[in-house]
Amino acid sequence: MPIHDQSYRHYGGGRALPGRSWTVIAWAGIMTMIRKRVFIGLLLISMAPFIVVAGRAWVAANYPQMSMLAPSAETFRQYLEWQGFFIFLITVWAGAGLIANDRRANALQIYLSKPLMRSEYIAGKLAVLFGFLMLITFVPAMLLLLLKIAFDGNFTFLKENLFLIPAITIGSLIQVSVAAFLMLALSSLSKSARYVGILYVGITFFTSAIYAVLYAITGSSRIAWISINNNVLQVVDVVFRLKPRYAVPWQVSLLVIIAVVVVSISILERRVRGVEVVT
Amino acid sequence: MDAVVNLDGVTVIYGKNQALKNVTATFVRGAVGLLGPNGAGKSTMLKALLGFVKPDKGTMSVLGMNVADSPLPIRARIGYMPENDAHIPGMNAVSFVAYCGQLAGLPAVDAMQRAHEVLYYVGLGEARYRNVDTYSTGMKQRIKLAQALVHDPDLLFLDEPTNGMDPKGRDEMLELVRDLGHNKGVSLILSSHLLPDVEFTCDHVVVMDKGQVAAQGPIEELKGPAGRVYELRIKGDLPGFLEELARRGMDTHGTDDDVMRVFVPAGAGDQQSIFKAATEFGVQVRHLRPSVPTLEDVFAKAIGEE
Repeated sequence: MPIHDQSYRHYGGGRALPGRSWTVIAWAGIMTMIRKRVFIGLLLISMAPFIVVAGRAWVAANYPQMSMLAPSAETFRQYLEWQGFFIFLITVWAGAGLIANDRRANALQIYLSKPLMRSEYIAGKLAVLFGFLMLITFVPAMLLLLLKIAFDGNFTFLKENLFLIPAITIGSLIQVSVAAFLMLALSSLSKSARYVGILYVGITFFTSAIYAVLYAITGSSRIAWISINNNVLQVVDVVFRLKPRYAVPWQVSLLVIIAVVVVSISILERRVRGVEVVT
Repeated sequence: MDAVVNLDGVTVIYGKNQALKNVTATFVRGAVGLLGPNGAGKSTMLKALLGFVKPDKGTMSVLGMNVADSPLPIRARIGYMPENDAHIPGMNAVSFVAYCGQLAGLPAVDAMQRAHEVLYYVGLGEARYRNVDTYSTGMKQRIKLAQALVHDPDLLFLDEPTNGMDPKGRDEMLELVRDLGHNKGVSLILSSHLLPDVEFTCDHVVVMDKGQVAAQGPIEELKGPAGRVYELRIKGDLPGFLEELARRGMDTHGTDDDVMRVFVPAGAGDQQSIFKAATEFGVQVRHLRPSVPTLEDVFAKAIGEE
């Protein structure tokens, strides 16, 4: 007779209440990316604009003759715009396979047979992209604001530009939301991460290219709403109290952004299912 | 007997195809086979019970909870082993199973400990640090069972668990399923089109055909009343001997050739009773051997095959 049964045993420990599984999914997704050294390298490179602006703030604060380098409120808007390039790279790299790889490996039925809702699964996957994208937009922008205050040694800049706190928050959220929702929706459409990446790049460049052609023909930027990127730029300009760069009303751009997010959610709602019914 | 799953008038329609037609079935505690040919609606039934597919009509309950009202509490207490290859890409076996445990609500440390335990239990202990993508078909079947077990479910849904396995692996998988159902106190529903698999692992069966329940109940009961069946051939007065057997409470049925089937009810003896009757009646027994009714007979009868 065995002194200890080493076969299947029942579990007597605690269990979390349903509703927290999205954090497990998000954490697993983040850890998967962080284990890739090249990805960490990209995150570090994306900090280059931050170092430049922080350096400018330090020089301007310490050398009065270099005060023209001091970051203004507009610098924070420029910073988020520069980060657009890294948002694009990280979205393609970290986002293309988020759902596509699960679909390829039939993992959705594994996920959805556990006590979690489809919305939790989507939230977990979104959180992966949101986490990385906010890390290269919102976090360094806020840190820059803190450094500016620290280097100046007073709160004058913040008092004069208090709107920067909500502007950075909302501006970052707009940039990140559009990229994350669009990429996740595309990722749910295919079983190939490579194809999804190409599709995202195609949509981004194609809409911008169409705008460029139409602008060249008409000479008007009223059709800037046709490009997803232009809409984001237009609305974020308004958020930072700057004059919008295109002739299209910013409300139209905002509507296009909302439409992109709503359509993406609708695609996700249809595609993220435990069983694919082909009739 | 305690029911773990109940379906009442469930109809599932895919486009123009009725996958389940007004199905009413009860799955009792223990190991129950869900038997039927491909396309009978077995997988659809499991997916409906998991909440993946919403029935167009009818109600379902699992472990006493309504599937439509309580999908999450139900899924917290069941384990599902899908039919086709399914895993989380890019993970090794122990990470994958622990991850599934965490998704089911286990704390990270407990999930990892359970992952090691169930991987040993399903026979993947030595391969637990290998990436699941590199596993063979048989190993993928085992890890699907491991992820279904990691959170210690009360009820398991196993969809064709021996698909693609070699004979040795298949036997081992069936031993595991039998052990879970009979020794570990885990109720399970085994969906399969393989009669021997169901017969080996289960005590009860629900036979499906063309989206409907063709038969259901304990396997032994469906096989026929208690007693034993023998194939018998004699030399001598056949009609008279048949009357003699009937007088002694044994039922006889002729077959195409000269061999008849004799049913000896429980308590009416065994083959010795037939020998005794033959001796006393004065006929010669030329052939006598036990004939065991199989689940195949039940299945064929249920779906109307000759």
